[in-house]
Formats: sequence, C-alpha cells, structure tokens
Amino acid sequence: MPEITYREAIHDAMVEEMRRDEQVFLMGEDIGVYGGAFGVSAGMLDEFGPERVRVTPISECCIVGSATGAALVGMRPIVEIMFMDFSMLAMEPLVNQAAKARYMFGGKAQVPMVVRMPNGSGSGAAAQHSQCLETLFMHIPGLKVVAPSTPYDAKGLLISSIRDLNPVCFVEHKMLYKSKGEVPEGEYSIPLGVADIKREGIDITVVTTGIMVHKSLDAAEKLSTEGISVEIVDPRTLRPLDVETIAKSVKKTGRLLVVHEAVKTAGWAGEVMASISESPAWDYLDTPMRRLTGKDIPIPYNRILERAAVPQEEDIIREIRAVVKNEY
Amino acid sequence: MGTKKIKEKYDNKPTTDILNKADELGLTKENLIEMYQTMVEIRHFEEMATKLYALGKVHGTMHLSIGQEGVAIGTGTVMRDTDYLINHHRGHGHFIASDADVNKMMAEFLGKETGFCHGRGGSMHIADISANNLGANGIVGGGMELAPGVGIAIQMKKTDQVALVIFGDGAANEGIFHESLNMSAIWKLPVVYLCENNHYGMSAAVEKVSAKVPFTHRAESYGIPAYFIDGNDALAVVEFMQKAVNHARSGLGPVFLEVETYRWMGHSKSDRNLYRTKEEIEMWKKKDPIKRFENLLLEANLIDKTQIEEIDKKMEKVIEKAVEFAENSPEPDVKNLTEWVYA
Repeated sequence: MPEITYREAIHDAMVEEMRRDEQVFLMGEDIGVYGGAFGVSAGMLDEFGPERVRVTPISECCIVGSATGAALVGMRPIVEIMFMDFSMLAMEPLVNQAAKARYMFGGKAQVPMVVRMPNGSGSGAAAQHSQCLETLFMHIPGLKVVAPSTPYDAKGLLISSIRDLNPVCFVEHKMLYKSKGEVPEGEYSIPLGVADIKREGIDITVVTTGIMVHKSLDAAEKLSTEGISVEIVDPRTLRPLDVETIAKSVKKTGRLLVVHEAVKTAGWAGEVMASISESPAWDYLDTPMRRLTGKDIPIPYNRILERAAVPQEEDIIREIRAVVKNEY
Repeated sequence: MGTKKIKEKYDNKPTTDILNKADELGLTKENLIEMYQTMVEIRHFEEMATKLYALGKVHGTMHLSIGQEGVAIGTGTVMRDTDYLINHHRGHGHFIASDADVNKMMAEFLGKETGFCHGRGGSMHIADISANNLGANGIVGGGMELAPGVGIAIQMKKTDQVALVIFGDGAANEGIFHESLNMSAIWKLPVVYLCENNHYGMSAAVEKVSAKVPFTHRAESYGIPAYFIDGNDALAVVEFMQKAVNHARSGLGPVFLEVETYRWMGHSKSDRNLYRTKEEIEMWKKKDPIKRFENLLLEANLIDKTQIEEIDKKMEKVIEKAVEFAENSPEPDVKNLTEWVYA
C-alpha cells in the first residue's frame, strides 16, 4: 500500500467524493488559491472551480448556517473551519439548527453536512488556536463527532461522514497533518461508530484518539520492554461511541486508562469511564479506572509550558505503570 | 413609551383603487377575494389559538400575528410552490398564506401525532420540508443563517427558484444580519430578505434598540436594493414582493424589503403589555390590514356585506374543523420518543 500523509488523505477523500457526487462541495475561509490554512484543499479550486470550492468571508456563523440551509435542500456541503476554536462562532447554527432540524420537524428533514475542524496544541498558537473542544459537540444529540488518528482512518471516515445523512463534526488534529500512513489505492470507507484496536495487549486498556494514539503507541512500545502489555483502543468516532469494543477490551485487561488532550473537567474521558462503570465490564476491573488529560487551563504560548499542559509520552508511561502496579 | 415613526414615507403608493392596482399586479377579482378570505382565515386561526390557550388546551407558547395579516398574504400571493419559505417564530400567517394545511398546523399546535412535526416542534417549529417550507425558527435571526445556503443550492442546481427569508425587527440587530446579507450580496444569491418590522422585539421598541432606522439603510450599505413598505397594505406588499422576487429570480441577487406593521397581541403568552400604551394599540387597530382590504373591495363593489359575513362564517368553520381534527388526533406515542434524532 502507498504511504500518504494525513493531510493528503483528507484531501483525497474530499476530491474523490466531489468527483463522485455533484452535490458535494467545500466552503470555508482561504480554501481556494491559498489551499486552506493547513494546505488541505490545495489544488481543489483548479479542479472544481469557485462554485464548488467556495471561498467565504470570515463569517463562521453564516458559513455553517449556510451549509445547514444547503444541506436541508439536498446539497452535501463540507465546511472547513480554519481552527476548531473558531467553531465557537458557529455554535448557534450547529447546535440550534443543524442538530435539531430532523427531530423538531418530526423526522422529515435531514442535514447531510460535514464540518471539518483542526484541533490541538503543539504549534505555539496559544489559547485561542489550540483547543480540543470535541466534548462540546458530543453533548448535542443530532451531531456526530469523528476524530481520526491515522491517514487510513481519516480518509475512510471522511468518506463515510460525507455520505452520512447527519451533521458530522470531523475533528482533525493539526499536528497530524504531516504524519504518514498506508492508505489503499482503491475506494474504501470506514463506518462511523466503530472503534479500532490500534495495538493488542493484555495488561491494560488505553482508550484514546487523535495525536494521543501515537503518543500512547510509543509509550506502549517502551513499556513492552518492561513486560507491560498495553492494548490501545481508538474509538475513532466519539459520538456515537463504540462502548462495546471498549468494554470488551476492559474485560480482557481488567484495567482502563483514558487519555485525551482536551481538558479534564467534563471531558470525554469521564463519559468513557461512566459507560464502563454502567457496563458488565465493571466487574472485570482489577484497579480503579483512571484518566490522563490536558490540564484544566487555557493552552499557554511558551514551548515548555505548552508541552506541560497536555499529556506527553512520558506522562502516559508513568500513568500506565501506576495503573498496572496499582500505585498512585 | 410609544413608537416613533420609523420613516416619514413609504416607498409604495397607498392602494386606493383596488381594481386598477390588481390589474397592474396581474391579479384577478377571484385572486382578490381569495386573498381576503385567507387573511380572515389567518385571523381566525390566531384568535382560536388564544381561545385554546385560555381553555388550557395549549401546552407551550405561541406568537400571534394578529394585525400582521397583510404581510403574510402579500408574501404568500407572490411565492411559487417551488420557492422556499424560511420563516420566523411568529409564522402561522405566512404558512397559511402559502397554502399549508391548517388541520396539520392546528394538530402541531396542540402537539398531536398528526401535526406537521408529529408534535415534536409545536407552534415555533412548524415546517413542511416536502412543500419547501423550511420551518419557523425559535432563534431570532435563525432563518438568516440558513437563507444564503438555500440560495447557494438554488444557484448550484441552476433552477429559477427563490428563497424568501422572513425575520423581525429584532433579528436586524443580530450579528447574523450582517453576515447573511453580505454573503448573499457577494454571490448574488436568489434570496429575498423580508424584515417584518412590527415595532417591537418582545418589549424593546425598535427605535430604542437600533442605532438607525429603517433597516433599509443597512441593506443598501451592502449594495442590496431595499424598500420600505406599508405592511398593512396587502397589495403594496404584493407589488414589492413581485419586484423583489423577479429581481432575485433573474439572477440579479438579493433584495431587502422592510415591511412595517404592528402586533396587536402580546409577544407571547407571558406578555402584559407594560411597554406600550392602550392608545397606541388602538391607533394601530384602526389600521387593520383586513378591514382596509375589505373596504377597498366594498368600494369597488367586488364584495358586499352578506358575502363578507359568509366568508367570515366559512373561515371560522375551517378553523373549527381544524381544532376538531387536532383534538380527535392521537397524542404521539412515548415509545417513539427517541426516534428521529439521526437520519
């Protein structure tokens, strides 16, 4: 299989879907000649023209609102929000319009729309360009939330998201854009709501998404030399969440650590742990469930501080050891 | 207290000779009678809503449009079935004027399974997607978010449809007002913006909460043709709706209509009218759009007192039948509570 970057995978998914279906179009800020702030849509304007690669004013509320309107009448818009932080300007159409239309109109409307948004710290962009806000969207019935960690997942999940009949928040970690991975040449898709075991193990289950999958994989590799066998479950879709796969893994390992970059309070680690505590997997736990998350602070600018604000490989190693040895 | 004049003069001439005017607008005598009849129907629907509320039969709230029927009929008369309607929370009138089934509307108002939204939406979310009625909206300015997107879809599908978005004077002070008008203007989208200025956003008098009125100034600053119209003159609304819709349909871009009218009733069920005087309300009641249309019909001998009474009785009956239909309809089944969250 050829290796491509996470950025190329997302680009290719959009291009292939736009070639396949005329209703699919992309809208967002600086996505034309500029190619998008992270270069994801580079070249797409040339192929599809300004109507289908629609460069918008800086009007996040109206961009997402318009996408919702277009989707309600049969189009399949993809929106690029330049940084996930800016999606806060579009909460109204996402939460009150797109997510509600189907239910409040009695099942007669559908909003097939994808809102792509880069999240995450690590680029020195500080408090308003670095957040992981996926939990906010998980809280809204009617929205789906997808957060791929590899080029393979990114492409397959984006294709499914575009074909889905619901509004999907597609969360791309900005520090993964350059990461590479194998992606098959032919058409494929990955169903939403299905977790993936990124590494098999028997001593502890680590549930994580996005860039933390890679940090956890590195941590697991190092821990294997100490005889600790880590299983890494990547939900890939946060809503709907594949509790079944997570529970199955916990039953096998008897231990659970949830790792995410988002801040701790009301973060999705709590949702995973609550789901496990309600499931039969609870009886299989040998040690208390733990979470390792971003600190409860805005992301700072300084390189050292920024690094310390979110879980790093060494933190994950330390936390896994603590859970496995039940020593805190 | 009390509302100042929003603007000295309307951009329309007042309708005096109804036959002449109808001729100019391409309306037949039958069309005029139908318009009158629909306005009476809207009035009966709204009065029935108050009555049902007083009887304790309404679970939620309602936003009544009594006094604003001239706007509703003016839009409904001009829009084609294939056009899109994006409505605001005070939307009963516009739906009736666009031929919505009043049985299903009343059933939705009473939260029944047979309602347009199977009782999930209520008065504030009545929609009929299959008839291009994209819903009333509970968020002030919500429709203005959606409208450019509907315009984009029309433009991309290369049809000659138009999207009509109706919002109140309150929505003109939402940030989306700027974003939406700007976006429709830059892409010349087939969107007609209709600001139904009824003088109050809930209790806030429009001139007290807006730096400058009328809002046509704001639309003009985006290069959008804008007109200030007497909303209680139904044929004036028709005239400018035709102008606006033709403009948008021919690919020339959006048009902005600010249509002045007045809400006789409170904002919603909690309103005790503390922010305006009885005299002001009475003054506007004298400008009743239905009576005004009726007088024009009488002057032109298109109708007589007996026919007026007959129409009144007939429309009252239509609404009573709607209530009967709604009351005899089943409640939604709780077992379907969680259906339709996702497609």
